[in-house]
Amino acid sequence: MHELGIVFHIIKTVERVGAENKLVQVSAVTLELGEVSGVVPQELSSCWSWAVKKTELMKEATLEIETIPALTFCEGCQKTYETVQHGRICPLCGSEHTYLVQGNEINLKEIKAH
Amino acid sequence: MDKVRIIEIKESVFADNDREAERLRAELKREKTFLLNLMSSPGSGKTTLLMRTIEALKDKLRIGVLEADIDSAVDAEKVATTGVKTIQLHTGGMCHLDAGMTEQGLKELGTADLDLVVLENVGNLVCPAEFDTGAVKNAMILSVPEGHDKPLKYPLIFTVCDVLIINKIDVLPYFDFDLDKVKEYAHMRNPNLKLFPLSAKTGEGMDVWLDWLQQEIKDWNQTT
Repeated sequence: MHELGIVFHIIKTVERVGAENKLVQVSAVTLELGEVSGVVPQELSSCWSWAVKKTELMKEATLEIETIPALTFCEGCQKTYETVQHGRICPLCGSEHTYLVQGNEINLKEIKAH
Repeated sequence: MDKVRIIEIKESVFADNDREAERLRAELKREKTFLLNLMSSPGSGKTTLLMRTIEALKDKLRIGVLEADIDSAVDAEKVATTGVKTIQLHTGGMCHLDAGMTEQGLKELGTADLDLVVLENVGNLVCPAEFDTGAVKNAMILSVPEGHDKPLKYPLIFTVCDVLIINKIDVLPYFDFDLDKVKEYAHMRNPNLKLFPLSAKTGEGMDVWLDWLQQEIKDWNQTT
């Protein structure tokens, strides 16, 4: 359900960019997806196939997903570690004072069109 | 055959929505209407808190309500019994509202003669947090039975909110809910988050929340 809303927003943005650049047909859209963005890629892809068919500009567009690994910074020991593997508590010093550096992105990277 | 072109966009999927939300906020500012986005999981007491809030303020402020649900109108019908203007929005299966849907709802409601509009978002701690609705302030409700570890499990919503209402404190003795822990976890995600422990049912703690809300509405109408 969440994924469908995201797909609608991508379509809206691509249609705006399409109009600005006088594009006829979009063949591919590349998305950067963080590992902990909360978006399920398979879910996103199935929403995509359903939703783009309803548009003229994007009816043949494929969705390409580039994954951005999630990294967390620890304020305790000033080091960075892999979020998915270790979670919120620093595996190096045990500190709870950590924050995500990258990995929650849902970015529209580029579109391929003619 | 036309040449294939690559167009770099390099922006968040939410960038368009964020721009729409900014525009909506600027419009609300001109109209002197304060939009509060109320979020929580289902069953946290959102509708009860909303009704108690309306009852306390409806003689001082002109209030309107946007009820967002995936389907049905039970909440809107309940809220309408308080006598304020209420509109039910159906998201058509989607788990959140975005700025565009909020704007449509506000147009339908008519905001020119309203001081406060409360948007009761879809009951969900994940998706509504991603989409800026154009609200002036975001508040979320966490109720005691849900447990104090929610800020750890759903960090984003605690980051985007200005206020955390801890509801149902009247049942604190029966649950393993640590108020200090929830404060600690929530402030770890958002040091500026304001916490209001209260019980919408008994009325305990409601005054602090109502004072905050009224002050915010006053500030919104005064600052240029």
